[in-house]
Amino acid sequence: MTTLTDKDKAIVKALWGKISKSADAIGADALGRMLTVYPQTKTYFSHWPDLSPGSGPVKAHGKKVMSGVALAVSKIDDITSGLLELSELHAFKLRVDPANFKILSHCILVVIANLYPKDFNPESHASLDKFLASLSLALSDKYR
Amino acid sequence: MVEWTDFERDTIQDIFSKMDYEAVGPAALSRCLVVYPWTQRYFGNFGNLYNAAAIIDNPMVAKHGITILHGLDRAVKNMDNIKETYAELSVLHSEKLHVDPDNFRLLADCLTIVVAARWGKAFTGDVQAAFQKFLTVVVFSLGRQYH
Repeated sequence: MTTLTDKDKAIVKALWGKISKSADAIGADALGRMLTVYPQTKTYFSHWPDLSPGSGPVKAHGKKVMSGVALAVSKIDDITSGLLELSELHAFKLRVDPANFKILSHCILVVIANLYPKDFNPESHASLDKFLASLSLALSDKYR
Repeated sequence: MVEWTDFERDTIQDIFSKMDYEAVGPAALSRCLVVYPWTQRYFGNFGNLYNAAAIIDNPMVAKHGITILHGLDRAVKNMDNIKETYAELSVLHSEKLHVDPDNFRLLADCLTIVVAARWGKAFTGDVQAAFQKFLTVVVFSLGRQYH
């Protein structure tokens, strides 16, 4: 289990403060990139009429994903408990292979680097990467 | 053999023709050493790597970052032959340097992020896909001769 230091938490909260107003756009862009760069992830969305970047379903779902990230930021002191319901959803209903959390995390990092190059320095990158890893672990907590 | 579309070939040539090696090389390597600190195990003789600032300012890290990035030029010029192009380098990294090949993937991810930070809007999902496909082939080739 990745332990977030006080420094990590402070960095994540500060960065989130800066980027949260663009959360919907970040989510849409990250999801669109994931479907393009890792086409195997499209298998989870065969029920969508349109999987192209910028489409209605992609934008809506990107927004949903980022609200999960926002929740994790607000519960940063105990992400596992904070994401309990979402973990049950992913475990019993969605059954997304946890390898894909790493893939989406990478795409989120790419988008943040792309939109906020000055803020996304190596230290911020390290803390955010740890945070997303903790989030992913919490999300797969109820899998087995 | 890897199949490349015209878009992918053009994109790779474009990215590297515009590449600022002196900035991107050091940025990618130092970022890798900061974000994935266990990668520092290969640089015991590089001096001060005690914290992010030290790593980012370290001249040996900077110089090596440029060397690594120029190492990709070979693949850019031989896109239809990347596996053979890196056979010798793969042996070197395995038998002499003893680098866990997963580190190539970590560095490739950091390079993607540095390029994404510099390209802005032009770094579309399709461009990212082409770049990551190229890096995946390089990473695979560098690990190919390990035994």
